[in-house]
This record gives sequence, C-alpha cells and structure tokens, in this order.
Amino acid sequence: MRTQGSDAIAQQGETAAGVTRSIDARGMACPGPLMSLIGAIREGQVGDVIEVLSSDEGSKSDIPAWVRKAQHEMIEIVTEDGYARFVIRKTR
Amino acid sequence: MSDDTVSLVLFSGTDDKLQAAAVLAVGAAAMGRKVNVFLQYWALDAFRADRVLKDHGVSPEAGEAGLRAIQAQGKTHWSELFAQAKDLGEVQIQACADSMEMFEITKDDLDPMVDGIWGVASFFMEAEGPVTFI
Repeated sequence: MRTQGSDAIAQQGETAAGVTRSIDARGMACPGPLMSLIGAIREGQVGDVIEVLSSDEGSKSDIPAWVRKAQHEMIEIVTEDGYARFVIRKTR
Repeated sequence: MSDDTVSLVLFSGTDDKLQAAAVLAVGAAAMGRKVNVFLQYWALDAFRADRVLKDHGVSPEAGEAGLRAIQAQGKTHWSELFAQAKDLGEVQIQACADSMEMFEITKDDLDPMVDGIWGVASFFMEAEGPVTFI
C-alpha cells in the first residue's frame, strides 16, 4: 500500500485501468462511503478492483481499518484535491 | 455473547442521538462486532412503525446553528443505518418491556426492524462488557 499526493498522475492512470468498479461517494457523510464499499465488495467477485472516492474525513481511517479487518487488499490511497481515492482488491 | 459485543441502550428519541447511535451500530457491525440495542422511553417511541420517518427534532444543545449543521450534511436516515447494520452482522434490536407497558403498545406497533421485547434482565444477560447509554 502506498500513500501519495495528487501529483502522481501516471500511477493514477495505471490504477484506473485495472479498476472494475468505481464508486463516487463524495459528499456522503460517515459511514456512507464505507457502506458503499462494503456493498460493492459483497456484490463483486474475488479479484475485483474497487475504487471509492470519498470526501468524508472518517473514511481515511475507516476504509483502511475495514479492509484490514475484512482481509481484503488495500492497493492504494491517493489524496486528491478535497477528497481521497481508495483502491481495494477483493481477495476472498 | 462474547466480550466484543457492543451494547447500546437508546433512551433519547431525537434524530441526532438516534443518528449517532445508528452510526455506532453500523460501524461496529462492519467491524465484525455483535451489537445489542435496547430501546427505552423516547427512543422506543421513535421506533413506532408510524413514527420512524417523522421529524423527531434534535437535542436542546444543538441550537439553531447546530440544527443547520446537521441538516447540511448528506446523511443517511438512522432507520436505514440500523437496517444496514442488521444486514451486515449480528445485530439485534430489542424493546424494553417496561417502556412498552408505559406507552401501552405491542410489538405490532413497532417497526419490523425491532426483533422483540426484553425485560432489563434479559438485556444484561446478553450485555457482557460495557453498556453505552445514549
């Protein structure tokens, strides 16, 4: 897992190519973005790569905590202007 | 139930406190904790089938600015959060038998998300570990 700034445009592009589902949860209050991610994980297949955009501050700690607890893989967290982008792989 | 059970006693029936409690419940369920919710007094009143979606106001300390701040956030209604919590994990919502008597209501008067009616001893039998009261 890497945490990086919004200047990493190339890496963003690489990741976006592998994303199977993107969720724009910007504007949603806690715990909305996490709930959207959980829903997508439950509906998805093992190996799916899910991207969540969230402007909720709580997501920054909650999404990694849940991903760890649920034993999926946090591929990356990118801080963008006014929101964060989380990329998660469903591993089970 | 085990030590990692989260036991919440809901007393207040204002939307802000129910919202805060619902966020705790859904967060705990998401993290794999068992959740026990016990409804008393005004919280129980808010779980009546015909009142769940009504405006239950906010705590007095909110004031006008606080109310505006609450309304400005794009929040999922607390009843929906409790439903999500139940869908995610082992979450039960029980009505306090004594409060039911006080309001002279039966299980049929409550929203279906309420699982049953408990006396306070039943609640403590399940509530091993700390109890949060809100």
